[in-house]
Amino acid sequence: MKNKKLKIAIYWFGSCGGCEVALVELNEKILELAEIADIVLWPVALDFKYEDLEKFKAQEIDISLINGCIANFENEQIAKMLREKSKVLIAYGSCACFGGIPGLVNLATKEEVYKIAYSETPSTINPKFTTPQQSYKADAHELELPEFYGYSRALHQVVEVDYFVPGCAPPIESTEKLLEIAKEFAAKGALPPKGTVIGSEKSVCDECEREKAEKKSISKIYRIYEKEADPKKCLLDQGIICMGPATRGGCKARCLNANQPCIGCMGALPEALDQGAKMLSALASIIGIEEEKALSEEDLKKIIDKVADPAGSFYKFSLPVGIISRKHTEKK
Amino acid sequence: MAKQRITISPITRLEGHGRIELFLDSKGSLENAYFQVPELRGFERFCVGRLAEDMPVLTSRICGVCPESHHLCSTKALDKLFKVEPTRVAKKLRELFYSAYYIYDHILHFYILASPDFVVGLDAKPEERNILGVIKKVGLEVAKEVIKHRAYGQRVLEILGGKTIHPTFGLPGGVSKGLNEEERAEIEKIASSCIEFAKFSIALWKDKLLPAYKELILNDGYKLETYYMGLVDESNKINFYDGKIRVVSPDNKEYAKFEVDNYLEHIAERVEPWSYCKFPYLKKLGWKGLEASKDSGIYRVGPLARVNASEGFATKLANEEYKKFYEFFNCKPVHNTLAYHWARLIEILYAAERLLELTQDKEITGKEIRTYPKSEEKESEGIGVIEAARGTLIHHYVADENKLIKKVNLIVATTHNHAPISISIKEAAKSLIKEGKVDKGILNKIEVAFRAYDPCFACATHALPGHLPLVVNVYNANKKLIRKIANF
Repeated sequence: MKNKKLKIAIYWFGSCGGCEVALVELNEKILELAEIADIVLWPVALDFKYEDLEKFKAQEIDISLINGCIANFENEQIAKMLREKSKVLIAYGSCACFGGIPGLVNLATKEEVYKIAYSETPSTINPKFTTPQQSYKADAHELELPEFYGYSRALHQVVEVDYFVPGCAPPIESTEKLLEIAKEFAAKGALPPKGTVIGSEKSVCDECEREKAEKKSISKIYRIYEKEADPKKCLLDQGIICMGPATRGGCKARCLNANQPCIGCMGALPEALDQGAKMLSALASIIGIEEEKALSEEDLKKIIDKVADPAGSFYKFSLPVGIISRKHTEKK
Repeated sequence: MAKQRITISPITRLEGHGRIELFLDSKGSLENAYFQVPELRGFERFCVGRLAEDMPVLTSRICGVCPESHHLCSTKALDKLFKVEPTRVAKKLRELFYSAYYIYDHILHFYILASPDFVVGLDAKPEERNILGVIKKVGLEVAKEVIKHRAYGQRVLEILGGKTIHPTFGLPGGVSKGLNEEERAEIEKIASSCIEFAKFSIALWKDKLLPAYKELILNDGYKLETYYMGLVDESNKINFYDGKIRVVSPDNKEYAKFEVDNYLEHIAERVEPWSYCKFPYLKKLGWKGLEASKDSGIYRVGPLARVNASEGFATKLANEEYKKFYEFFNCKPVHNTLAYHWARLIEILYAAERLLELTQDKEITGKEIRTYPKSEEKESEGIGVIEAARGTLIHHYVADENKLIKKVNLIVATTHNHAPISISIKEAAKSLIKEGKVDKGILNKIEVAFRAYDPCFACATHALPGHLPLVVNVYNANKKLIRKIANF
C-alpha cells in the first residue's frame, strides 16, 4: 500500500534566513523529504497570498514548519491562519521558540529604534527627520509599508505550538530527527507527545567534554577578551561566563569546540521557567564559595559587578519568553 | 487607456522581502518604479548597552546566509575598539575562514538561485525553472558536485567556528581557535577540489551560458552606468578581507581611495518615506535622485563592482579569468548588470586559490592566535570593513569606559545597492513593457535584473528552488484590479 504524501508548509516570520539554510544542510536527504511530502507553501519558493492560504481547509496541511519571531501584525495574522489550517505546527529555530536575538529589540521602544536608524547614525543625512510611513503618496502614487511593532514575540505566545526545535540555527541532528518524525507520520500517522522539544533533556554542560572542577568556585569573573582560556577546562571554572549550565543541550556543545562560551541559543532547561534567572542562580551559587566566609558584601558585589550586561548576557535568545519580556513605557 | 498600477510582490504585503511597484502612464509605458524594502529589525538600537565583545555573535544574526561577513567585520571593528593588532597567524586564519565562506555563499547563489534562469531557460515553465530543473538538465553527477562543494565550504567554517551556520571564532586581537595539522590537511584537500570545481563552473558559463544569453547580457535594459566600490590591496588587487576602499567612476577613473576610518567623508545615507531601507550615495557628489550617471552619487558594490574597482586578482588563475572577462566586454568598467554572475564565478576561483595558498602557509598552524588588549577605562571607537559576498560592509561602534556599546552604525552590502537595484528594475521594466503589455516572460526578465545583485532581503536570497515568485496586479486609474498575472 502506498503511503499518502504529506502536505508540508514552510514559513518564515522575522528571521535571518539561517533556518532556511539549516534545512538545505540536509544535503542529499532533501530528496528523502521530497519522497514523502509535497511542499504546499514556502514563500521563498512559491507565491503566497492570504487567499491562497484561505483556500486550505481546516487541518488540511499536515505539518507547518515555522521559523522567525512574531514582529508585526501580518506575522500574527498568518500565524493564526496557519494554526487553523495545520494538523501539526512546529516552531523551528530559536526566534520562533523564544524570540531569539531579534527579541532583544524588546529592550527598546519603537521611537528609540527610529531615532537611531533614521536620524542619529552618523552617515544618515536627514535634517527633516523623514521616517518610513505606512502609507505615502509619491507623485500621486499610493505606496504602503507594513507597520513596525517595535517588539517581538515567540510563536507560542501567539498561537498553540505542538513541537519545538530550538537552536540558532537548529543543529543538523535536530533537523534529521525532524525528518524521521515526518517519515513516521507519513507511514503510520504516529506522532511524538505534544509539546516535545527536539534536543536534549540535559544541559549543554552534559555534552561538553571539558574537564570540570569537583566543586565550582569563582573568585573573579573575566570577559572573553581578557583571558586566555584553556581549551581543555570548563570556562566557568576559569571565570568566563558560559551559559552551559542554564541551557538545553542537543547541540553537541559546538561553540565550546571553537573555544567560545555557550551563549544560550538552545533555550532554557526543561524544568526552568526563565533561562536568565536560572543562569543568575547558577552563578550566585558558585561565586566566592571557597572564600565566602572571608568576603564582605562589598567584595561579593565587586565580583558580580563584572557582569556588565545581564540582560544581553543571560537573555540573548530568550528575552520575549522571560518573566520580564519587554520594556514598557508609561502611558501618557 | 487608463493609468495602470502593477505590483510585483514575492509575498503580498509582508515584511522581509522586497516589493516592486510599477506605475504605467495612460499610454501603457512605464511612468515610475519603486522598489520597497518592507522590513526593519532595529539592530542599531538593540546593540546599544551590549558587551562590545558580543557584537560578532549579535550582528551575525542580521543574515543567516552571510553571517561570517558580519562576524568578521564586527571582529575587525573590535580590533580597533580595543586598540589591538591581531597576530599574523590570526589574520591568516580569519582570511582562510573567509575564503571558505565565499566558496559556500557564491556556490549557493549561482547554482541554486541564479542558474535556473540560464540553465533551464528564461522562458521555461516556472515549475521547471528551479534547482530540480537544473539537476535534470546537467545531470545528477554535476548536482552531487554542487552539493558536495557547497558543503565543503561550510565544513571549513565548522572546523574553525564550531558551527556551520552562525559560526563563532572572532575575538578582538585574534581568534578563539587555531588549526591542527589534521585539520589543515583536510582543508588543503577541500581547497584543491574547490579549484577544480570553480574551473568547471567558469567553463560552464563561458562555453554554454554566455553564447546562449549574449544578447540579453549586452542588452541596454540591463546596463547601468554607476560608480563602483570595493576593497583593494596595495597594488589595487581585490581583497575580500582587508584593504582600502577604492571607488572608480563610470568612465574608469579612480574617484577615491580611502581607509574605512574616513568613510563618513565619502558615504552618506538618505531616508525615503516609502522604504525601511536607506539609500547610500557618494557624499561629495550628492543625492540627485534615483539616477545613474557621472554626476549622481549612486554607486554599486558586490562581485561586478569589485572587479571594476580593482586592477585584477592576486592569484594566477583568477587573474587570467579577469583578463578574459574584460577582453569579452572590451571596455572597463563593465556596466552590464548580468556580468555580476560571471564576476561571481571568477571570485569562487580566487577564493579557492587563496584557500589553498593559506593552507600551505607554514604559519597557518601557529599557536600565536591572539593578542590580548591592554585594559584601559576610556571611551573608544572602532570601525571595521570587509567585502561581504554581496559587497562592502561597514560596522562602526563606540563603546564606553566599561566596553559597553554606546553607538552602532551598520552599512550593509545590500543597502549600498538599494538605489542601483531600484534603477535596474526601472530600466528593465521600461525597456520591456510597451503599450501596457505585461506577460510572464517580461516579468521574469525584471526578476533577472533584480536577482543578479543577489539581494539579501529578498526571497531570492534564500529560495531553495531558485524561483522568485512574482505577482503582477494591474490596476486602472480608479485602483480597480483589472488583470492579474503570476509567474507560478
